[in-house]
Amino acid sequence: MPEAIIVEGMRKQFGSVVALEGVDFAVPTGTVLGLLGPNGAGKTTCVRVLTTILRPDAGRAEVLGINVTKDPQAVRERIGLAGQYAAVDENLTGFENLRMVGQLSHLAKPVALTRASELLERFSLVDAADRPVRTYSGGMRRRLDLAAALVHRPPVLFLDEPTTGLDPSGRQDLWHVIEDLVREGTTLLLTTQYLEEADYLADNIVVIDHGHVIAEGTSAELKAQLGATIVEVGFTDPAIAQRAQAELAGIGLCDVGAAGTMVELKVDDGARVVLDVVRALDRAQIEPTTLNVREPTLDDVFLTLTGHKAEEPASDDDEPAAAGRRRTRGAA
Amino acid sequence: MTAVTAPTVTLPVTIDRPQRSAFGWAVRDALTVTWRNLIAMKRTPQVLVFSTIQPIIFVLMFRYVFGGAIRIPGVDHYVDYLMPGVFAQTVVFGSIQTGVALAEDLQQGIIERFQSLPMARSAVLAGRTLADLVRNVFVVLLMVGVGFIVGWRIHTSVWGVIGGIALMLLFSHALSWVFALVGLTAANAEAAQAASFPILAPLVFASTAFVAAAAMPAPLEWFANHQPVSIVIDGVRSLTYGGPFYAPGKVFAAILWSVGIIAVAAPLAVRMYRRKV
Repeated sequence: MPEAIIVEGMRKQFGSVVALEGVDFAVPTGTVLGLLGPNGAGKTTCVRVLTTILRPDAGRAEVLGINVTKDPQAVRERIGLAGQYAAVDENLTGFENLRMVGQLSHLAKPVALTRASELLERFSLVDAADRPVRTYSGGMRRRLDLAAALVHRPPVLFLDEPTTGLDPSGRQDLWHVIEDLVREGTTLLLTTQYLEEADYLADNIVVIDHGHVIAEGTSAELKAQLGATIVEVGFTDPAIAQRAQAELAGIGLCDVGAAGTMVELKVDDGARVVLDVVRALDRAQIEPTTLNVREPTLDDVFLTLTGHKAEEPASDDDEPAAAGRRRTRGAA
Repeated sequence: MTAVTAPTVTLPVTIDRPQRSAFGWAVRDALTVTWRNLIAMKRTPQVLVFSTIQPIIFVLMFRYVFGGAIRIPGVDHYVDYLMPGVFAQTVVFGSIQTGVALAEDLQQGIIERFQSLPMARSAVLAGRTLADLVRNVFVVLLMVGVGFIVGWRIHTSVWGVIGGIALMLLFSHALSWVFALVGLTAANAEAAQAASFPILAPLVFASTAFVAAAAMPAPLEWFANHQPVSIVIDGVRSLTYGGPFYAPGKVFAAILWSVGIIAVAAPLAVRMYRRKV
């Protein structure tokens, strides 16, 4: 059975607000799907339907061949869910939380206890195992939340914005854990508003906006939709950049970047264009300060697909998002 | 944040689960949630302390401040009349806590986790009301102790006291289901708390808890004699005082009220919970 998750024509409305307007996608077993979109795009609603928390108004949703509305109980036995709001009990200790989830997942008590200890070790929470969760840091809660999702060894895992609000090192740590899980054969559906995260973790990406799927494919395929490599040439001041743009206009689609000192060319063949750029600038006796060839980022893709940038997260602590966007890809 | 260590466990796609009937799982899940709620009570003792301080103050106030001025026909020692009323007051106001705790849970992420687990849907409510029953056992026994210290004496028998306590606990369980409904309807814990008090205050004070109904204006007297809190108090008095208060009919009526309330409120609460989640 190649598809672990199938979603067809899924619709969900809350009062007059349409959250999902006919969403379709599939996740092959053992792969990672990144569900990418801004706040309010419908990502969380998708996850809540697939994890049997919400009933869809229309459409079909299957997990491991089991219909989520017809046999939710069987689905619940096979999935794990970790969300952006760490769903752990404040008053229980880390160990007690995992033990409770194990028992409520209908594991035999000794198995639940063993799994709790294993997972605390795996997520470096042994020292905090016997402390109430209300004493935990944000990162520790997230790790415990993810551990709770793994107690019953689910073959399919749903992570709803697992790194939202974490600091950059916390994100990196969580990414490594997620990579390990995938290596072990877990099928993963991951929602994120961080383009970099989907790019890094996901085999396939579904971009949704306002309840619609607006693009689908691998990270490389989505970038290829721009049909372009981006060549960036930097100059010392805007006047020179203007002159350079005039000189380079013949080579390809040519824009002056926001700061006014950067000329961006979106072209098909980066290597050849770099030569043309260098020759043209040399001819005009203009000296660039930087020259960079890069693949388009998913941010570029998002802008092209929706006409707007991926919105900023609602929370104030969007440090990771900002850091992610600043990071530039290596030269092609 | 410390670095996360490399995986030491592999993840096979299945895990063994013992076989059990749906009912067997429902019971076990309810007990697991009860355990979780009792731990929360233990770790936040403020709630328990505050919910017992108030009735203790009432005992002292009515025993030593107002008691001297209150004459109940046929009663020599007011404290013997008072204590069943205090028990009722304690469990009635304590039952607000069921709704508050449930509303708190519903606002938290943990409920989402519960919904995605293969646990019985009834466990959250059953675990809540069961934990509150355990709390009430503790609180009522504490008030019995306080009663003895301030001079409360049993006029019937040990069985009368045990019966009286059991009746009180049955009624408290019925109220827990009513306030589970309040907790499910309220927007948040504060709203659940605010909605509960105005319903309960008249039931507790316009009752036979502290004074005889005969001292009230006629319409109020009728209400005080027929409302469920009074009936339960009269039932408990019949079991612990007897004599002028001997009224097996009230005991029977109190049991009927409690069972009736559970029969209506529990299925309603479960249905509302299912619809909500």
